[in-house]
Amino acid sequence: MEKRYYQKEIETMPLSEIRAMQSEKLVKQVQHVWDNCPPYRKMMEEKGVTPADIKGIEDLHKLPFVTKSDLRDTYPYGMLAVPLSDCVRIQSTSGTTGKRVIAYYTQKDIDLWEECCARAIMAVGGTKEDVVQVCYGYGLFTGGPGLNGGSHRVGSLTLPMSSGNTERQIQFMMDLRSTILCCTPSYAAYIGEALKEMGYKPEDNALKAGIFGAEPWTEEMRRDIEKSLGIKAYDIYGLTETSGPGVSFECEEQKGMHINEDHFLAEIIDPETGEVLPEGSRGELVFTSLDKEAFPLLRYRTRDICVLDRTPCSCGRTHVRMSKPMGRSDDMMIIRGVNVFPSQIETVLLNEGYAPNYQIVVDRANNNDTLDVYVELSPEQFTDTVSGVTAREKALAAALRTMLGIGAVVHLVAPKTIARSEGKAVRVIDKRKLHD
Amino acid sequence: MAIKQLTVFVENRQGALVEITDLFAANHVDMRALSIADTQDFGILRVIVNDTDEALRILRTRGHLMQATDVIAVKISDAPGKLSAALHALNVGGVNVEYLYAFLARTARHAYVVLRVADNAAATAILEEAGFHMVAEEDIKKL
Repeated sequence: MEKRYYQKEIETMPLSEIRAMQSEKLVKQVQHVWDNCPPYRKMMEEKGVTPADIKGIEDLHKLPFVTKSDLRDTYPYGMLAVPLSDCVRIQSTSGTTGKRVIAYYTQKDIDLWEECCARAIMAVGGTKEDVVQVCYGYGLFTGGPGLNGGSHRVGSLTLPMSSGNTERQIQFMMDLRSTILCCTPSYAAYIGEALKEMGYKPEDNALKAGIFGAEPWTEEMRRDIEKSLGIKAYDIYGLTETSGPGVSFECEEQKGMHINEDHFLAEIIDPETGEVLPEGSRGELVFTSLDKEAFPLLRYRTRDICVLDRTPCSCGRTHVRMSKPMGRSDDMMIIRGVNVFPSQIETVLLNEGYAPNYQIVVDRANNNDTLDVYVELSPEQFTDTVSGVTAREKALAAALRTMLGIGAVVHLVAPKTIARSEGKAVRVIDKRKLHD
Repeated sequence: MAIKQLTVFVENRQGALVEITDLFAANHVDMRALSIADTQDFGILRVIVNDTDEALRILRTRGHLMQATDVIAVKISDAPGKLSAALHALNVGGVNVEYLYAFLARTARHAYVVLRVADNAAATAILEEAGFHMVAEEDIKKL
């Protein structure tokens, strides 16, 4: 693939220049929040830090952390750092883990966000000749508006499909010859299944690439999607709190997502102690937004566990790469005292030849945690004898025990009985929380 | 002389089976024989119908998990000891029966036994050798 960049000078900037740029921006940003955002000023005062203490990125560790609950507590206007009349848009989190967070944008904030998405689209080979089908939700969710804006900036023909109505998605995909698909990975997998059911082969569509994010997915799921749609599947990462998708994105190497370091300063910390860990360590990802005007973040704890990789990338981009989040420090389940991540269960299912359609139910019976995994059986896996089906259940339960270190009860269910997501998939139901 | 059996995965929840039988009823699929194997989690419905292809098509459009399985059917006089005689023949011939189910004909004094074995041809030969009449797919449809 020919190397293409949306902003080559920035995307391939030598590390020393990136560092200098980050330092300069950080000093200004700290002054900005000190002057204009009372909750930040209060947090800094409590820690005994003033803008004079921050002379560059080497002083970043002196600043306090900001968490999602800080953002929730100041709902709706508390974290606003510019006059409301300077804002042109809001977006909002889905509220899946509690009260919503509202993010504010000035026109400059929107511009920078869309540029980040444009970089992501060009990194997967997008040009003005492409037809970009955006089936992330439009509205408060950042997925649709973000990729829509990025696609406009690249000059591609943008199909603002939003999520859902799979039949219509497929009709437009086929009739308008979409070349780049943007949606959640679970919806991409769903579209792949629907195409197969309608009798289409992977080569029947014109798609060449997909930009899939907003929920965790595994390498196995990537291979499945690539096969079913006949494309290359790329990851994209972002949070409503930082702007939306495009904080980082994969290039043609598909080996981690380049963080747009001119806008976002990344750190990895120990989630327990808050201590900054050296690059290359596994820990919680923390972001400082260097350019955001309306809703700036200083040392925002994402709860995503990942690793940063500074080794040179053949794509020419110099910006650091982050791994796929390996779990969230807050969606790890503790079952019978053992740490379990849904991604581990997904890996086993895909290794054993099941589709990534599953639901995990955790409950407590007789003071003992129970783990039930519901998995859809495919037509090829179904046999006419009870022993055939139960043998599959047993084999899967054994593989899960090997991976997790604890036993799980496997339930094979009919296809399409586990609710499919057109937004975020509900993979885990923890009934134990109801008893607290 | 294999005949087609329809095998359908049935979830263990109220109403799961009636959904399938309603589909058959609405599309005039007539059932000749039926059996269900059940476990705590799921059931497996095995059914022989007058139009297997149509039944498969209907179930597929509704997203049911199913397959067409080759089984054999043997005609047996409706008298004590006749099923035993057929099973003895298979046993002596070294044929293991995976599962079976039986149904009675409406008029003649006959029973029909549907058998699932690993080797249909071998089992058929053994039963015919022992004097039993196998039932062809067309015969089942005519019943």
